[in-house]
Amino acid sequence: MSTSSVSKGCFVFKPSSKKRRISSSKADYFSQGKNDSEDSGLRFASCQLLWKQINSETEKIQEELNKQLFDNLIRFLRQSHSEFQTKTTEWMCRMKSSEIPTAALVLGVNVTDHDVTFKSLSEVLQDNVTPYVVSLQAKECPGIKHLLQKLMGQLMDCYVDADSSEEEECVNISQKKIRCSMASLSKWYENVTKKTGSETPSKKRTSSSRHWQSPPVVVIFKDMEIISSQHIHEFPLVLIFGIATSPMIIHRLLPHSVSSLLCIELFQSLSCKEHLATVIDKLLLTTQFPFKLSEKVLQVLINIFLYHDFSVQNFIKGFQLSIVEHFYSQPLSVLCCQLLEAKKRVTSLSHNQCENIRSLPSFRRYVESQVSEKQIALLTEDSFLKEVTQTLLEDLHIYHENYFTVLRCLHVFTTSLPKYPLGKQIRELHCACLGKSVWETEEYESAIQLLRMLAKDELVAILQKCAEIFISPSGKQFSNTVEKLEEFLARFQNLEGKHVTYCQILSVEFRSVPSVEELSFSYIPCCSFRSYLAPAEMQTLNEVVYFNTANTLREHLNAAPRIALHTALNNPYCYLKNQTLKSDVGCISNTAPDICIVYKLHLECGRLINLVDWLEAFSTVVTAVEGTDPEAVATDQVDEIIHARFIRAVSELELLGFIKPSKQKTDHVARLTWGGC
Amino acid sequence: MHLVPTRAAATRLGASCEPRGRERNWGGGARACCSLRLQFRGQLGARPLPPCKVYVRSPLAVRRLLRPGARGALLPGKGGCKAAGLPGALRGGQCPASYLVNACWHCRLSAMSQLELKRNKVLEARFVADEDVLKHISDNGGVKVRKDRAQLALNIKRFVKKLENISDDDEAQEILEEQNYVAVLGACAEDSLRNGSSAGGGEIYSFQTPKRSGKMAELASELAQTPGKNVTFESSQYPEKPASTPQSNKKYSASNKAQLKSKKNEFVSTTPYRLRKRLSAPSLRSDSESDYSASCSEEEEEEDKDHKETSDVILDQKTPSKTRAAPASKKTPAKKLKEEMTSNLVEEYFEAHSSSKVLTSDRTLQKLQKRKLDQQTLLVLLNKAPPAFTAELKELNQQHESLFSKWMLQLHLGFSIVLYGLGSKRDLLEKFRTSLLQDSVHLVVNGFFPSITVRSILNSITEEVLDHVGTFRSPLDQLDLIMKRFKEDSSLELYLLIHNLDSKMLRGDKSQQILAQLASLPNIHLIASIDHINAPLMWDQAKQSLYNWLWYETTTFSPYLEETSYENSLLVQQSGSLALSSLTHVLHSLTPNARGIFRLLAQYHLENKDNPSYPGLSFQDFYQRCREAFLVNSDLTLRAQLTEFRDHKLIRTKRVS
Repeated sequence: MSTSSVSKGCFVFKPSSKKRRISSSKADYFSQGKNDSEDSGLRFASCQLLWKQINSETEKIQEELNKQLFDNLIRFLRQSHSEFQTKTTEWMCRMKSSEIPTAALVLGVNVTDHDVTFKSLSEVLQDNVTPYVVSLQAKECPGIKHLLQKLMGQLMDCYVDADSSEEEECVNISQKKIRCSMASLSKWYENVTKKTGSETPSKKRTSSSRHWQSPPVVVIFKDMEIISSQHIHEFPLVLIFGIATSPMIIHRLLPHSVSSLLCIELFQSLSCKEHLATVIDKLLLTTQFPFKLSEKVLQVLINIFLYHDFSVQNFIKGFQLSIVEHFYSQPLSVLCCQLLEAKKRVTSLSHNQCENIRSLPSFRRYVESQVSEKQIALLTEDSFLKEVTQTLLEDLHIYHENYFTVLRCLHVFTTSLPKYPLGKQIRELHCACLGKSVWETEEYESAIQLLRMLAKDELVAILQKCAEIFISPSGKQFSNTVEKLEEFLARFQNLEGKHVTYCQILSVEFRSVPSVEELSFSYIPCCSFRSYLAPAEMQTLNEVVYFNTANTLREHLNAAPRIALHTALNNPYCYLKNQTLKSDVGCISNTAPDICIVYKLHLECGRLINLVDWLEAFSTVVTAVEGTDPEAVATDQVDEIIHARFIRAVSELELLGFIKPSKQKTDHVARLTWGGC
Repeated sequence: MHLVPTRAAATRLGASCEPRGRERNWGGGARACCSLRLQFRGQLGARPLPPCKVYVRSPLAVRRLLRPGARGALLPGKGGCKAAGLPGALRGGQCPASYLVNACWHCRLSAMSQLELKRNKVLEARFVADEDVLKHISDNGGVKVRKDRAQLALNIKRFVKKLENISDDDEAQEILEEQNYVAVLGACAEDSLRNGSSAGGGEIYSFQTPKRSGKMAELASELAQTPGKNVTFESSQYPEKPASTPQSNKKYSASNKAQLKSKKNEFVSTTPYRLRKRLSAPSLRSDSESDYSASCSEEEEEEDKDHKETSDVILDQKTPSKTRAAPASKKTPAKKLKEEMTSNLVEEYFEAHSSSKVLTSDRTLQKLQKRKLDQQTLLVLLNKAPPAFTAELKELNQQHESLFSKWMLQLHLGFSIVLYGLGSKRDLLEKFRTSLLQDSVHLVVNGFFPSITVRSILNSITEEVLDHVGTFRSPLDQLDLIMKRFKEDSSLELYLLIHNLDSKMLRGDKSQQILAQLASLPNIHLIASIDHINAPLMWDQAKQSLYNWLWYETTTFSPYLEETSYENSLLVQQSGSLALSSLTHVLHSLTPNARGIFRLLAQYHLENKDNPSYPGLSFQDFYQRCREAFLVNSDLTLRAQLTEFRDHKLIRTKRVS
């Protein structure tokens, strides 16, 4: 069946039920694409497993981060209608209850993350406060009618969930027939409370939480609030607004008459930057997950976050994509799992996989550094290779354990420095260390310079923090260091004078100025600091766990469609590797595709383009290719085919949005782009 | 020799060189702005000339000047080209591409510092480093410093070092940050082999340069001369340049780009002053060439003035320029400058757009005595046209097709896929569909179909996929139902293929919102294509995260045949076959009486077809006639019938006083 028609734009294809076998699973697609589908099943399984773990970890992080906020909110909700429950008829209470208690949740500009927050919020509320939670989103409710309808619908559903025995009556009354209005809402509420009232009087709170992200909706909201304030006596309502910008927006969007009916309390959520920092800390700076990101990849992700959307959700999406890409493209990623498992898998590697290991650049470096007999053994004997691989993997694991501990340590040092020469966040430091030998950089030098200037008490504080890091479970292999450190600290404290700097202390200790290296970390890790923070790229077998093709990530997440179009139009040789297109004398070659030529010509025009001139210019170019003398072609005898080609090219440009028809002058089109690139 | 001195140089050269319209004059405005392409004539060398400097904006322009074809005398390194500010590699013409790209910003050419044009026309070209140019400019006056600084602030990467001398810390900090950004995200093209020529933003989004009509023809004739065929010949002579190595690749693209630039350089600098004035404002936002040229040419103007050399300019030139009237001191704080610049930019924009004068020729297609082609003949003719680059196109397509199973994988992992790039992606998607989706439920949407709506998409999902009977009050209700059904039944799976998600009918905010919500369902897999240059603007952050896009560049270069066939294209004759067929459809569904009514009206219409003052048929008359023919019994029936016709766009009514 064809999918082009003059009367229809949608085509549904349903395979007959007989034919509809279970379509191939994801794993099949995973293995289909690649020629070297070594261990693809295993790879896919470990990919899925890893992603599952990481996903649940991120959810956990989110939950923890939101806990505080939610606790506050719940407290507020409980308080807000305590009067209603006790049914006091005092004057004060009535005053208060004519106002709708409202919580304004300031969430920050990372709108995309809010969905998750709200989802978990309504879950929490449903569990802890009331079964009647309605979550409305601005984008789903273009009008007041929709809004109420949705509100009703969700409430009824909630009710059904809460009390399944009475569902039939309830559903019959509600759903479509009831005219959705506040009145019916409160009637319904009475109805419900009557039925369930005797048993659970305490759970009579309806809170409608709603996303309030786009201003346009607000005009609609205001009626609703006016109506609802009248019903507040019978109907305990709590509103929760989600705000992306600033709390002032409420006052700007709602007229005074409405906002005076609201009793607003403000809640501030955690900033997305902190959220990201936690995510990076828990996902990347840990040995818990075998998969790692290389410097460039991490930088791409962080930059997308900082410069584009502030969305942690998108960051995690990018992380997911890199996991998939890694397992998809690197056959050795089969070893990217927990150490024990990886060792087991090494033994069952095929010969091809062994060859793959041998061709890794990092492994080659390793081989070259070995003595010649061992070299030969490594390159010829698979079994020996496997043994070595196991130890190398273990080394890699140990490297990571040490790396993260020492990194945190160094971070403690550098964050206390003025101007943060090595970055304020640990992620910046991490990036610096991943990419190159950090101790060779200028920034590191200046950091050391600044460290020398530190006052004694500051230094002591830092050292104590370091000691804590070493004591923590992740730094258990540093017990030796900790002892030394504590000894040093003790000696340190005995020294007199508050304004002693590190440098002075050391010179007291050594009676000479020690080297930079000694200065900074002689007392911290007992061995050289360099061996711990060596860049990951230098580690043997790093390719197994590090994903480093930042390009693919960038292409898929942060694409530049307009640049691609521009390149294709200006320089078709980039795509079509044909020698004739490879013109290195100005401009594009005249054999280029029609659309390129037409595009090129249109760049020479101003706001309006005369089609006749354009056509003529085009035909001049095209006929030149065909070998005829351009002068010989008289102006009014343009070849039919060329005319047709021109028409096609022009309508293609129109489709692409470069030009549009114009009525300003006959046979003219208007240019829509700027500049004559 | 195609030497292109800017006008200042021209005036300096005095009467000895004369501007010459290159081809014929193209109608209206052409006379006033006759081409300034200067040609050095024979007698030029006869007169000794004072040394003069011409700044050419990029070394690529130099390349052009020095290209081997140009009389053979100007090979780099041969014709006395001393590279002052550039590493030797560039001189030799064999430097890494990335450097070349960088270098084109870093240096300018003070070409032909001595135009000692003797008989043999030896030209001396010299590369000058930025610093020197900057110094030179700053010696001359504040305005230029200002300009240069504006530009510096933009060319973050290249100029950071110099900037630190001039600008305050804040700015430098900002720039460093930006640099970081550019290094990671912006420089995408540089490393990827595909996008060999890194097209900077400035090139794509630069300020509009007003141009005039003759230019196109000029370019065309030039293009016609480009030895497209010769290259093939040459390449067969010197076999196998390694085309696929990234190195040479990039270099070529870079040089290619360069040539484009140099080309533009010519055009801009030859634009008559009146027009040039419009674009002489420094653009804050772009490091575009046009601005650059503007400042350059203006600077020459300045120089021109300074030297107080008599200029016998042939053109009608309004001497005192606006921009020059406000010379800013060097010490002006950067912030203030920025503000000034933006406001200036805005003014320039409106100035450029305020004039309703159209500087194009008045020729019309009618005079060409061309009949308009209709869709049918167009297709026939196009089929006759020889297909070009079939092998390369096939290779491109194969590259894309190798990604199919990866797409499937990613679709299943919850991503949506969007394809972009030049060329119709319809065939590609069709191939994807036929090769991988045969055994699953899928919906193909032709976004380019002129009357596609979101509702029709939703309808086909509810009616045909979900077998739901019943109507909906609003698309939102419908969406709710779909979402509910898909959430409930995880075995339901739907692949949604949308050709041209950015088409006119679907690009609205509401449509996109609904589609995004559909795409966010885990068991609806969306794969779509976009073509419009501004398509990504449809989506805000929220929608983007709902869609969860993965972008794939699939440049196919295949013609948009199907996509443009619906379009009411500018040059295509509307055959009306579509309208006629829909008319027959409507007529078939009408009652005999209604058909009679329509026939009556049509007949009357045809009777009067030769009457130039025919106003149409009045309702009363029509009613009378219909009554006489026993077609209606009350005017209400007739009105109802006419409303139906009107709804089907069969008739039009107009009010007559």
